[in-house]
Amino acid sequence: MFVGSGMEWYLPVIWSLLLAIAIAMYVVLDGFDLGMGILFPFAASEREKDQMMSSVAPFWDGNETWLVLGGGGLLVAFPLAYSIVMPALYLPVIFMLLALVFRGVAFEFRHVADTSRFLWNIAFAGGSTLAAFFQGVLLGGFVQGIKVENNAFAGGPLDWATPFALLCGFGVVAGYALIGSVWLVMKTEGAAATRSRARAKMLLPVVLVFMGIISLWTPLAFPRIAERWFTTPNLFYLAPVPLLTLALAYAVWRWLERGYENLPFFGVIGLFLLGYFGIGVSIFPYLVPPVLTVWETAAAPASQVFMLIGTVFLLPVILGYIAFVYWLFRGKVREGEGYH
Amino acid sequence: MDFDPTILARIQFAFTVSFHIIFPSFTIGLAAYIATLEVLWVATGHERYHRIARFFTKIFAVSFAMGVVSGIVLSYQFGTNWSRFSHVVGNVVGPLIGYEVLTAFFLEATFLGIMLFGYRVPRGLHVFACVMVALGTTLSAFWILSANSWMQTPAGHEIIDGIAHPVDWLAVIFNPSFPYRLAHMVTACYLTTAFVVLAVGARYVYAGRYPEDGRTMMRMALGLIAILAPLQAFIGDAHGLNTLKHQPAKIAAVEGHWENEPGESGVPLVLFAIPNEEAERNDYQIAIPHLGSLILTHSWTDTIQGLKDFARDERPPVAIPFFAFRVMVGMGLLMIAIGWLGVWLLWRRRLFETDWFLAPLRHIWPIGFITILSGWFVTEVGRQPWVAYGILRTADAVSPVEGWAVATTLALFVVVYGIVFSGGIYYINRLIAKGPQGSAVEPPVGLPNRPLASAHKATRAAIDNPGE
Repeated sequence: MFVGSGMEWYLPVIWSLLLAIAIAMYVVLDGFDLGMGILFPFAASEREKDQMMSSVAPFWDGNETWLVLGGGGLLVAFPLAYSIVMPALYLPVIFMLLALVFRGVAFEFRHVADTSRFLWNIAFAGGSTLAAFFQGVLLGGFVQGIKVENNAFAGGPLDWATPFALLCGFGVVAGYALIGSVWLVMKTEGAAATRSRARAKMLLPVVLVFMGIISLWTPLAFPRIAERWFTTPNLFYLAPVPLLTLALAYAVWRWLERGYENLPFFGVIGLFLLGYFGIGVSIFPYLVPPVLTVWETAAAPASQVFMLIGTVFLLPVILGYIAFVYWLFRGKVREGEGYH
Repeated sequence: MDFDPTILARIQFAFTVSFHIIFPSFTIGLAAYIATLEVLWVATGHERYHRIARFFTKIFAVSFAMGVVSGIVLSYQFGTNWSRFSHVVGNVVGPLIGYEVLTAFFLEATFLGIMLFGYRVPRGLHVFACVMVALGTTLSAFWILSANSWMQTPAGHEIIDGIAHPVDWLAVIFNPSFPYRLAHMVTACYLTTAFVVLAVGARYVYAGRYPEDGRTMMRMALGLIAILAPLQAFIGDAHGLNTLKHQPAKIAAVEGHWENEPGESGVPLVLFAIPNEEAERNDYQIAIPHLGSLILTHSWTDTIQGLKDFARDERPPVAIPFFAFRVMVGMGLLMIAIGWLGVWLLWRRRLFETDWFLAPLRHIWPIGFITILSGWFVTEVGRQPWVAYGILRTADAVSPVEGWAVATTLALFVVVYGIVFSGGIYYINRLIAKGPQGSAVEPPVGLPNRPLASAHKATRAAIDNPGE
């Protein structure tokens, strides 16, 4: 592990935080629209499908851009990590991208198609589900570690395919479906909203079970993660994380029971961030677990500084206009109005 | 079966990047066209401009989606397929791509929501959103062409332990070939869009459907083509001279120029030949003496380096740049001819009655795409065997991924993109067949895009007023 001082110490730390923020933004924002796609086949009617799609139509392009920032950010700030992680997770990365291709074009084609609309419905739901699944597999493949020799990936194309990674895949599908359902609770009205609420209540315990299994599996299977969580004083600092998760999950349940429309969505975002924080704690400072740290994979300080200057100015502007668009299209999508 | 991962990775990247470039080539120009129409609409009050803008916005939505999803793929392929490239030049190329995401992608993707669904937002905000999308697409071109140009003509860096490190960012961004490539590509995008608009307009005028909108499309497109197509020839010439200075082997391949024969003065211009790389000569050559010198050195007798002046492993493949260049130039000359002829007919007030001109124009829409793809084939294949010129060879840039994995994903890309591309063409064609009239669009189901709809009815009235 790198022990140093000055710029070469703090720049990679800043960048790993920025990257973590970008990925968190992606998981939450694209999470709800992928989740909507996962729930798509369960819509009662073509009308309800239209309503679900309309709820994310103005946002999905922007949401997906965070994925480019996640990949691009890793290349910019940690090119060595990018050059090891991507080949190691070659197949799931490409499967995820192809699923996103299908889903993205289905958005637009479905608007224009009539007789072939059902095909694009399938492409949309299938693409969303597979993209979510492979994002989970990527997470699992990353957490479980990568075989590295001479600063390059040294494993085989199927190294990632473990029960743990597949479990993470199903977990992310459930998680995105949950956040998609509470998004629909917030953004739709009438029968669609009622059904989404019932679905959210069904999905919440499922997601908690996945979170529980992964929280137990990781320290049991990976000693480095057990050491991080179960030694003092970390144990005391980190103990609130699972407790907060349970408390928040209970609150979300109550909010759903009592008919709140917006709180469940923000509650689930909180659950996502807690889970995300837990994974971050388990991983940091490794960027290619369990071998290379953020310091060992960092780009040249000149590159990190150059990009940081732009990010400091541009990120607030970006967040500002994204917030503006969400504000502009706030309120509920109504059922049964004309369709072009 | 044994797969060579490098060849497979190259085919895969050539396939995905060629597929991708089609959509930005169109949307960069189309975003600017829609923004222009919106501004004209606000300035003149003619409903026609608004109708055409709405019509092309729907086509824009479909094209943009295909551009976005195929672009995300590329941003990951640098890592999945070209990991050593990412490691060796990531310090320099990475931030250029990072700035593209921050300055361009978010801008276009976010304001696209308002552009497509902002039916009831104040007119000024809608025009502003269209301008922001156009700005975003152009900035995106700026950064990605800067990155590509740096791979062609690297500058502002130093190599430490085999890894490129930035020294002077201005020199990196504004590397020697960048201004030429940027001007050449942005002009090409505008021409590409202009020819699509021209073809759509000709289709309506010829069929007698929406004749007024069709004429406006044709007038605007032909005016732009008549100016930009000849201008592009000058930009292309300047770009070629820049390439001769920095990448002489590429120009030798483009010209099919093997060697300067002893005693012969000047370089001929090879109009046609079949380059024979084994025998290091051209078969079936038709050439005009001295014309090559005239074009490339602007003199009668000066010579350029021939392919034989470069070791075999320093030469690019010859056939692809050679033929692709001739396709590009041929198409460019055709564009100039169409632009000038069209403007002349327009001036004589005969354009909309001249069926022999209108009928083929209905099918002219692919010309820009063909030309752009040919141009990129010239410059990308001509850069070989380097991925970053003089720094990293393509063969050394590939990821340590087994051949079968690359072959599998390549097959999937071909299938998926084939379906998506056919779908895209089919649906865009349907939108065109529907025509601009159906464009008094209803918002999709109950989208809350009427700000303050339910809660503040008073304010809503104020917002609605400046609109329609």
